[in-house]
Amino acid sequence: MTKLADHAGPILEIDALSISFFTRLREIPAVMDFSVTVQPGEAVGLVGESGCGKSTVALGVMQDLGKNGAVVGGSIKFKGRDLGQMSEEELRDIRGNEIAMIYQEPMASLNPAMRIGKQLMEVPILHDGASEAEAYDMALQVVTDVKLPDPKRMLDSYPHQLSGGQQQRIVIAMALMSKPALLILDEPTTALDVTVEAGIVELVKDLGKKYGTSMLFISHNLGLVLETCDRVCVMYSGEAVEDGAIGEVFDNMRHPYTQALFRSIPLPGADKNSRPLVAIPGNFPLPHERPPGCNFGPRCDYFEAGRCDSGVIPMRDAGPGHHSRCVKFDEIDWNAPIAAPAETSKREIGAPVLKVENLKKYYQVAANALFGGGAEKVVKANETLDFEARESETLAIVGESGCGKSTLAKVLMGLETATDGTITMGNADIQSTPIEGRSTKQVADIQMVFQNPFDTLNPSMTVGRQIIRALEVFDYGKSDADRRERMLHLLDLVKLPRAFADRMPRQLSGGQKQRVGIARAFAGDAKIVVADEPVSALDVSVQAAVTDLLMEIQRDQKTTLLFISHDLSIVRYLSDRVMVMYLGHVVELGTTDQVFAPPYHPYTEALLSAVPIADTSVQKKHIVLEGDIPSAMNPPSGCPFQTRCRWKDRVPGGLCEKDVPPVRHLDGGHQVKCHLSDADLAAMEPVIEVGEAPPAAAAQAGVTSM
Amino acid sequence: MALFILRRLGVMVLTALCLTFIVFALTNLEPNLEKLAKNQANSRMTDEQVISWLDARGYNDPMLVKYGRWLGVVPHFTREEGGEVVFSRCANPGTSLEDAGSYCGILQGSWGWSTVFQNDVLEILAVRGNATAWLMLFVMMVMVPGALVLGVLAGMREGSKLDRSLSTISIGTTATPEYVSGVLFIAVFASATFGPNWFKGTATSAIDDITFANFTLPVLTIALYGMGYIARMTRASMTEVMTAQYIRTARLKGVSFPQIVLKHALRNALIAPFTVIMLQFPWLLNGVVIVETLFNYKGFGWTLVQAAGNNDIDLLLGVSIISVVVVLVTQLISDIGYVFLNPRIRIA
Ligand SMILES: Nc1ncnc2c1ncn2[C@@H]1O[C@H](COP(=O)(O)OP(=O)(O)OP(=O)(O)O)[C@@H](O)[C@H]1O
Ligand code: SF4
Ligand code: SF4
Ligand SMILES: [Mg+2]
Repeated sequence: MTKLADHAGPILEIDALSISFFTRLREIPAVMDFSVTVQPGEAVGLVGESGCGKSTVALGVMQDLGKNGAVVGGSIKFKGRDLGQMSEEELRDIRGNEIAMIYQEPMASLNPAMRIGKQLMEVPILHDGASEAEAYDMALQVVTDVKLPDPKRMLDSYPHQLSGGQQQRIVIAMALMSKPALLILDEPTTALDVTVEAGIVELVKDLGKKYGTSMLFISHNLGLVLETCDRVCVMYSGEAVEDGAIGEVFDNMRHPYTQALFRSIPLPGADKNSRPLVAIPGNFPLPHERPPGCNFGPRCDYFEAGRCDSGVIPMRDAGPGHHSRCVKFDEIDWNAPIAAPAETSKREIGAPVLKVENLKKYYQVAANALFGGGAEKVVKANETLDFEARESETLAIVGESGCGKSTLAKVLMGLETATDGTITMGNADIQSTPIEGRSTKQVADIQMVFQNPFDTLNPSMTVGRQIIRALEVFDYGKSDADRRERMLHLLDLVKLPRAFADRMPRQLSGGQKQRVGIARAFAGDAKIVVADEPVSALDVSVQAAVTDLLMEIQRDQKTTLLFISHDLSIVRYLSDRVMVMYLGHVVELGTTDQVFAPPYHPYTEALLSAVPIADTSVQKKHIVLEGDIPSAMNPPSGCPFQTRCRWKDRVPGGLCEKDVPPVRHLDGGHQVKCHLSDADLAAMEPVIEVGEAPPAAAAQAGVTSM
Repeated sequence: MALFILRRLGVMVLTALCLTFIVFALTNLEPNLEKLAKNQANSRMTDEQVISWLDARGYNDPMLVKYGRWLGVVPHFTREEGGEVVFSRCANPGTSLEDAGSYCGILQGSWGWSTVFQNDVLEILAVRGNATAWLMLFVMMVMVPGALVLGVLAGMREGSKLDRSLSTISIGTTATPEYVSGVLFIAVFASATFGPNWFKGTATSAIDDITFANFTLPVLTIALYGMGYIARMTRASMTEVMTAQYIRTARLKGVSFPQIVLKHALRNALIAPFTVIMLQFPWLLNGVVIVETLFNYKGFGWTLVQAAGNNDIDLLLGVSIISVVVVLVTQLISDIGYVFLNPRIRIA
């Protein structure tokens, strides 16, 4: 194998790196004065919000910045050799051989028209001059290493024949083919479901240990970084603002941005009434609109004019191996308690406003969509759903991709009609009334906030006009003046300046657009608002603000909120009751406390364990599910979860494989759909235990997802 | 797969029926028939005479019946006088009335009688079609590889000098219609007064013997026109593929640039142009008409011009059937090829 000679020092040394992109208009400084070192066998995390330059650093290391990108300062040394000085040929020898990279979209990073096997075999053939047969054996070996079933068949498949999780395992296998010294992972699990993510993360950790690979792990998820890395570097707007050992940065942070980040994340202990999230005010600056001095200045609580906004702020030592880019870090009292927010009273939960009974939604799909013909298949997107939602209650609906969350939302909204069962809103049955058939009142009563604020607003209409349009649809008010007045009130309600009424959507940031979406949903005094992943497309610093806004309006308007999410930490933070779905079934339903404490449904247990928690004091039980979520097209027989359940053998007589379990009613309205005996359920242990928190972390311990 | 092809074939037959019916109806319109009567019998016929002449030959029957006869699913028109058949449309000049069958349509292989060439239509089409097939074969051999190479080279490095010059060339060739480029070619390469006299300005002799001298210009004229278009499509597809993430994956695996183009990009980049190439076939027929007339190459397009100019209904119909079939078959091939190239669409 042709590798660079071993090097005694660090594997990767990035020193004062600056990278710019050159566009027709201007130079965009994407990364400035960035330094990090990765020691042999070490995993270093790189965290920060979208657009802060994480991927640019990774591509800089690979020397693949494209036509318009260039390193404009500093150096990147790999095993002591400057990558910037290498010829194209030398770089080719290093890429894929000594440094391998894995990125976010597994499907997009595999060649769709080439068999998996060929793509894998290419690496040893290229770098080790291996023969076809040798390369095939090696490929078979790594595919086995990444725990894919039926490796021979895998090698013979095309990428589209694999699930997302399997594709990502293949990409990892490809990166490990040549046993690289450094592995760069750019958000390797963002596109995957949490339980699948947990499996991949474990795999990467194990393989890293097995092969002694150093890792640069890029993520926006603090919890994930805590689980995988030894050291972490926090980036903000093109700069590293703090770095150090994981424990140091998480428990003794020395930069206001890091602190604000942790505070905007929901904690396992606190709830929405006693400790609301502290959102970071303002927005992330664009690379060419950065303020003078400290980039974080305009959003920083400790900002001091004259010191923070004058001149370049260097990284300074803040303890052994710990650095911070803040002029005031040694003056700030890091242990001060969070300014106590006004405690809001818990609101009364009223009578049921929405009742769903025995709801079923099946889709008929042609077996082969393109060419027609073949037997029709039935996809059971929702299977016998039973629940009710009360006035001013937040009911969270959680589950992973394909569990039927969005189908349920569509049926409730009347975008689809139910196959069977009833939905009662007020005193009318609406399950088979499509939206065109609903009365104005019914339409106004149940409204939706969508996941992606970017494509739900009409780009060619002012914000005010769009809200007025909604009011017209709901027959609100007598005159245009009435409606305009109401529109301005709605802008106040969602805390947007009234001047925004005349703006076009493109002039708004993501969070502001989502506020417009919320204003529209509440325009007709909706009784029920279905929020389908309302914050998952937003930056973490904005998420908290939008979530809080939603809560606040709900409190005032006594709205029933159906909060659809895959993010258990936010669900725990804001919901009254939680409904866990898996493959179209409600597997568990109960109050938030009931669902987050044992006894669990086995799936809930795994889901809880899979969520990465950004808190060094939290002890988590490690449950990694085997395999992927089955396709709704051919669900397993019996219990939908039986293919991945670790409790299955506790149930005698193979009942799990034969019968769909009945709904079991436990104490206090807690429902679980499982065959496990009462004794087994009672014996379950909690998955998450919050231990003794170190002093500084007590205030920011939290379950994370940015 | 078999089922898919069968379904496509069914659709094809249906389309062919509809299209031929339209052509049939158009060629059998009143004014056309009148012209036919005057042409064949006597150009100074009165209106009544025309009608009775047409009546006597079944031309005035309902359109659908006529179409059925022409197809060969309805017995053909016969006129009886005193119980004796005195006229049968199935009898070509030279066959006796008794020998003529009662069905004589396309399906029976009797495609009618050409009034211009005084010969059986099928026979004419066979000879002429063969001549054009040779022309097309050479056109394809020049055009397709040329266009693909051009497109791939231009598309592999978007915005490079190579890309810009190749793109200019392809736009230029597509923007020049065949009658312009054909005339230019003849003027530049085939006249003694103006530059080298390498090639012949006429391809008449190519019917018997294809040579470099007599065939190059017509082939180039058609090929260049189609080439630009396909090259543009290939380029667009190639530039898109080259920015795909899996190309970056390959690059970061350490694959060299030529290998990336050949092994990773090519197949993906060819999926879109393949369809275009196949759909280009019908358009080539267009060019064939112009070029064959220009170079006096007596092929299919030349025949079409003759038939249309002389109101030769049977021949015209024959030509359209062949064109319809060519178009539909290329569509079928394009669909099957697409499935073959694109592994994401596999039929269970
Ligand atoms: N090719 C390019 N041309 C111009 N600007 C670019 C280019 N690539 C990135 N940028 C800019 O550089 C900055 C850093 O981008 P980068 O992709 O590194 O962010 P990131 O931290 O990886 O974000 P994410 O979490 O969304 O992946 C952004 O402002 C981005 O708009
Ligand atoms: S330098 Fe000033 S503005 Fe910047 S983070 Fe520190 S205290 Fe805040
Ligand atoms: S019914 Fe059986 S397989 Fe399903 S969750 Fe319960 S124990 Fe697991
Ligand atoms: Mg990125």
